[in-house]
Amino acid sequence: MAGVHVSTTVNGDDVEFVCPGSESLLDVLRNRLGLTGAKEGCGTGDCGACSVTVDGQLVCACLMLGAEVEGRQVQTVEGMAQGDQLHPLQRQFIENAALQCGICTPGFLMAAKALLDRNPDPTETEIRYALAGNLCRCTGYDKIVRAVSATAKELSQEATTKGSKKR
Amino acid sequence: MTLDTQFTDQKFKLVGSRPDRPDGVDKVTGRARYGADASAPGQLVGAILRSPHAHAKIKKIDTSKAEKLKGVKAVITSADLPDLTNGNRGNYDILENCMARGRALYDGHAVAAVAAIDAETARRALSLISVDYKVLPHVTDVDAAMRSNAPIVQPHVRTAGGEPSDKPTNIAQISTFGHGDVEAGFAKADKIVEKSYKTEQTHQGYIEPHACLATVGPDGQGELWVTTQGHYTFRNLCASLLGMDIAKLKVTSSEIGGGFGGKTHVWMEPLALALSRKANRPVKLVMSREDVFRASGPTSSTSMDIKIGCTNDGRITAATATLRYQDGAFPGIWGMLGAMTAFACYDLENVQSVGYDVLVNRPKVAAYRAPSAPMAAFGVESTIDLLAAELNMDAVEFRLLNAAKEGTKASYGPTYGPIGIGPTLEAVKNHPHMHAPLGKNQGRGMACGFWFNFGGQTCTDLNIGVDGTVNMTVGTVDVGGARASLSLIAAEELGIPYEHVKCNIGDTASLGHNDTTEGSRGTFSSGMATIFAARNAIEELKSRAAKTWDIDPEEVDWVDGEAVAKGVEHSNLGPLSLAQIAKASPNTGGPIAGHSETVADGAGVSFASHICDVEVDPETGSTRVVRYTVVQDAGKAIHPDYVEGQFQGGAAQGIGWALNEEYIYGEDGRLQNPGFLDYRIPVCSDLPFIDTEILEIPNPNHPYGIRGVGETSIVPPLAAIANAVSNAAGVRMDHIPMSPPRIRKAIKAEAAMHQEVSAG
Amino acid sequence: MLEVQLSGTLRDAANGAASINIEAATIRELLRKVVEQYPRMAEKLEAGIAVSIDGNIFRDNWGEAIPAQAEIFLLPRIPGG
Ligand code: FES
Ligand code: FES
Repeated sequence: MAGVHVSTTVNGDDVEFVCPGSESLLDVLRNRLGLTGAKEGCGTGDCGACSVTVDGQLVCACLMLGAEVEGRQVQTVEGMAQGDQLHPLQRQFIENAALQCGICTPGFLMAAKALLDRNPDPTETEIRYALAGNLCRCTGYDKIVRAVSATAKELSQEATTKGSKKR
Repeated sequence: MTLDTQFTDQKFKLVGSRPDRPDGVDKVTGRARYGADASAPGQLVGAILRSPHAHAKIKKIDTSKAEKLKGVKAVITSADLPDLTNGNRGNYDILENCMARGRALYDGHAVAAVAAIDAETARRALSLISVDYKVLPHVTDVDAAMRSNAPIVQPHVRTAGGEPSDKPTNIAQISTFGHGDVEAGFAKADKIVEKSYKTEQTHQGYIEPHACLATVGPDGQGELWVTTQGHYTFRNLCASLLGMDIAKLKVTSSEIGGGFGGKTHVWMEPLALALSRKANRPVKLVMSREDVFRASGPTSSTSMDIKIGCTNDGRITAATATLRYQDGAFPGIWGMLGAMTAFACYDLENVQSVGYDVLVNRPKVAAYRAPSAPMAAFGVESTIDLLAAELNMDAVEFRLLNAAKEGTKASYGPTYGPIGIGPTLEAVKNHPHMHAPLGKNQGRGMACGFWFNFGGQTCTDLNIGVDGTVNMTVGTVDVGGARASLSLIAAEELGIPYEHVKCNIGDTASLGHNDTTEGSRGTFSSGMATIFAARNAIEELKSRAAKTWDIDPEEVDWVDGEAVAKGVEHSNLGPLSLAQIAKASPNTGGPIAGHSETVADGAGVSFASHICDVEVDPETGSTRVVRYTVVQDAGKAIHPDYVEGQFQGGAAQGIGWALNEEYIYGEDGRLQNPGFLDYRIPVCSDLPFIDTEILEIPNPNHPYGIRGVGETSIVPPLAAIANAVSNAAGVRMDHIPMSPPRIRKAIKAEAAMHQEVSAG
Repeated sequence: MLEVQLSGTLRDAANGAASINIEAATIRELLRKVVEQYPRMAEKLEAGIAVSIDGNIFRDNWGEAIPAQAEIFLLPRIPGG
């Protein structure tokens, strides 16, 4: 079986792998690179458990080919924390009990981060629609939405204090 | 030491608080390992060939081409799974469900499996297996399956609980519950409402598909890593189906990505073990989402007739229910459970419920959160609302007037102890939600629900480290914060900080048997075992302190995490903390531990009442839930965040069931929507915040008063939403899910009827 | 003497009786005597049974004492989700 040779960046690290042309990015991440944080809930783009970003764009890793990430920047949940510092979203998810079984959590974190990167002060409705591509069967989404709101608030407060310090 | 399970109303320092869960960091960083996240050196990829027919005789399976394909290491059919069940019909059914034996019984039934060096090769191998089917007539509808001319699903089945007969039938069981004289009761009624209802089949819809990694060696020893609610049960079953020794099969439960009952049953794990045994290599087998829908147990579709009569002053005089539940292709007890739970919320003098368990050519039905209760509650609670309307009485008042209470003879037989249905109804009555104004096209509904809850065999180990921290191992799985709750309980008992406890889920080699984590038993029973294990450890801690002091252990008390010498004669002895005693333990007798092996019984029934506001678009029939409130009795909420989480999750699943979710079978008996695109579960933008109110009516049979909380929350939503839709759109919906086409049809029919009436 | 109420399909195994009278001090003794009187109950026991004593349901704890005059129901064993 002829493989495709791919050079890319995953969570800031240079990575090379060889995979069949038909292999999904999700299978590459999970089976070739040992990054099992992204989950397969459906394999058809319907659940968002496999959410990662490629060049900052939120994608379903199950719908993208491994071969497509040549020369691009891939971010997964494993790259979210800075050293031992959890990302505020990660901390807020824990503090707000926004996960029960946790299988959907990596996908939600990636999707929520993509939302806050683009819209730092979303309304409840905006949060709900931004996360509508991610399925959670355990929580009824209540505490997830609260965790995302709380993070947005926290980040904007941080930004104002930082801003005022500068001035 | 005898350990008392009686509720003691002790004052808590930690229980009831909301600390961060100990497995939180693992789960937000992607580090937690679920079923599909494990791998082993030399592992093969397993794949399963499934029947495309709803019902077919398997004349021949030719696997020779697949076996010859390079990279294929094992191919199995039912011939590789000899029947070792020794006349145990239940186990035989499980074996046959894992892989068809001569007949495919539903679309998606496994017929062969392969293990190959990679996924691509495994897929190619499946396409090289040729199966010669003779297609047989099939039946997928529960009412059709009960007709005398219906195709027979299981020729050996005769009706249990019915008239003795030698004729094959699809009615596997008839179960009757109740008391009093319903005929006489209806004769006394001023008003009677009688109505039929239907509900469609739904799936638990856990986001993590079934997955396992199996290793069996030629020495008969094996290991299974699997996403499951019951690794001990899986071990026992797999060992017996494959002829292995229980002690030689180690099963480890991975983190579990949702179960809701669906992971209490084995579906493909025995196949993974059989493949591994044949290939002599580890085999990883993961279901696709399509496989999950087609071949892992959904809940029953149902058809029901409900009849309730009452006096003009609102007292119910008689109630009957005939409940027809389909079990899929194998006999179950789902109709029986519907019959047991249907009227459990009410205090009835004359009541009868009859449950039919019916076989059809669909996947084997499995438990789904308070199994069978939501459908029966839909029928009963809708009828209750209809009756209240006939009486011109407030629906909550009507329920309060007839609610079961302590001393009521339950419709399923026994007499209730202290229970929470009345208090949940009172809370609903006084809830601001009940009195909030409604907008245009909006309606409000409420409904009640009941579930039993269970305990079961439980085993917990608690080991104290020399630094005074505590390592606890439990055998129930953590489906949503159990580690946090159990750590709180251990810390509470020992009098140490929550952070000093580490709770692990033990594999089958490290603990005695634990029953499956079902029936909302996790916190109830492992909580009880944890209390006992901690109290046993405290006895040991006291005796070590006594040794240190050279006094009698009887003279030592345990107060707030410290050993204290009793009496003025010992006033010179300062207290010894758990950490101090632990540090000295190497010289006072070695490691300090507490264990508990127990049967936790007496979980205590639980009740919930839900309020729901919906908005129905009369043009499209589409329905939005705009406000939702759950009121439920938890006995005692150990970690309220996760109790609320259970309430909210159950309500959301119920909302999906009520409005969208359904298995759609074609004329050919094949499932037409085996994916999340066409089987639509609620997404974030579909739902409002779900408000919760936790009531705490202590369970007298648990030291902390805990009842199960995980399941009851899915019972009321179907009915609550149906009642709300009816109040919003002026049509009574008798078919779940209330999808837009069904609601539109009902609105049109209602309008046509009004026209006729006004014209006539 | 306890009056043991039978529910659901358990009556089948007791020749249709809705209740049976048995003298027993524990669940274990009760179940043993039920099978002695009605051998077909053995099958039901195998399939799983629960005993309700004064409204509390016991599934496994066969050592549980049964008070005199207790209300006893034999129920099929029920699973959960
Ligand atoms: S696994 Fe990619 S969307 Fe579900
Ligand atoms: S927490 Fe289980 S699916 Fe979201």
